[in-house]
Amino acid sequence: MSRVRVLVGTKKGAFVCTADGQRKNWQIEGPHFGGWEMYHIKGSPVDPDRIFASQSNGWFGQIIQRSDDGGKTWSPPGSSPEELVSPQGWPQGESNKFVYDGEAGTHLWYDGTPHPWEFKRVWHLEPSLTDANVVYAGVEDAAMFRSDDAGKTWQELSGLRQHTTGKDWQPGAGGMCLHTILIDPTSPDRIWVAISAAGCFRTDDGGKTWKPTNKGLVSSFMPSPEAEVGHCVHRIALHPSKPNTLFMQKHWDVMRSDDAGDSWREVSGNLPSDFGFPIDVHAHEPETVYVVPIKSDGEHYPPEGKLRVYRSRTGGNEWEALTNGLPQENCYCNVLRDAMAVDQMDDCGVYFGTTGGQVYVSPDGGDHWSAIGEHFPSVLSVEVQTLP
Amino acid sequence: MIRVTLPFHLRNLAHVGNEVELRVDEPVCVRSTLDALEAQYPVLKGTIREHVSHKRRAFLRFFAAGEDISTESPDLPLPESIVAGREPFMVVGAIAGG
Repeated sequence: MSRVRVLVGTKKGAFVCTADGQRKNWQIEGPHFGGWEMYHIKGSPVDPDRIFASQSNGWFGQIIQRSDDGGKTWSPPGSSPEELVSPQGWPQGESNKFVYDGEAGTHLWYDGTPHPWEFKRVWHLEPSLTDANVVYAGVEDAAMFRSDDAGKTWQELSGLRQHTTGKDWQPGAGGMCLHTILIDPTSPDRIWVAISAAGCFRTDDGGKTWKPTNKGLVSSFMPSPEAEVGHCVHRIALHPSKPNTLFMQKHWDVMRSDDAGDSWREVSGNLPSDFGFPIDVHAHEPETVYVVPIKSDGEHYPPEGKLRVYRSRTGGNEWEALTNGLPQENCYCNVLRDAMAVDQMDDCGVYFGTTGGQVYVSPDGGDHWSAIGEHFPSVLSVEVQTLP
Repeated sequence: MIRVTLPFHLRNLAHVGNEVELRVDEPVCVRSTLDALEAQYPVLKGTIREHVSHKRRAFLRFFAAGEDISTESPDLPLPESIVAGREPFMVVGAIAGG
């Protein structure tokens, strides 16, 4: 591996940043889709030049975009010349059609009353680990969709939303979103998803049936703090070599499971705050974990105005602050749940973006940080591809 | 031909200029005009009205002959000046700062 490509989604467009293995000198291309909210951009592990992007805004709704040349050019899937149906050669429109399976039904609204399920946007795109034409989408209102034709058409995996607890799910402050999808690299039919504010769910049969995996989570804001569902899970992460071990950043609490999510225990340890959004695992060290503590749910900025990534080399509980190159005074940005990533280089690179528009990289596992760019629009997501 | 103006982002999405011209079957109304627009530019499906319900998206408005007709029936015939092509049917995005 000799170079990396960082995919940055922001509130005003997408950016593609590339560098060689040193990860010091960056070329930035963009904005793509200027003015649109780019909730997530992610490349296929099977074909790295194939990249999927979620483009949306409050005026015109959801668009899915795809690049087959590493982010240089984009089009809504189904609009390449060989895929056109209309004799005029116009782009097709089905790739933005996300329709719930069957009768949509209701979930609970903020005030506890039934509210119709309404599609709003795609929060997260997760390409298959084995098939470049397969990609999953996590959407708001919370549901999971799958495309088998590289994003041209989408079908809901409705077993999740139609789980017996679905009618009791409620939105978090950011909406009722399915924001995280993890595929087990050793068993592609085993998938975890996380929903705010319903919790974590797992399927062992490719999405037909699902079970809540929230045992051990405690959420004091809930009438029943240890309920089966209703937890505001902000992010979950795993290392490919240990898929039974999961790490979670919850609304409050950093958690760990060693039985594929069947049970969780808290590993917040000495963190200055156990509230935060992203969590990720080192590419080569399954017990090295990264979080970015935020002061509280009411104050979404770093404690003491110091932007600090915290690293645990022991799988949690013992955390060290990583500050070299990060602002240590007057910093009041946030780091959102999909805005952290790690590369696969021998010396693992760690990346994150802030709501203040900075994207940082550490080419040495978190010891030293520098900015790829400091004046992007507010960053919604960061992904990285490690390329030959 | 019916002339239709589109907001900036939809023009970019459909790869068209400020205004498009459409052949619209009679009766010429909002529904038949949007049907023709989406048939010619399928990428716009779901961006002006919802995919299944065909409900107008909340932050878009429709103007014809200087009047806001967003809340009128989509089957109401459009004014003669639109049908004759003397002025465009306008799809307008709500103004918002930030």
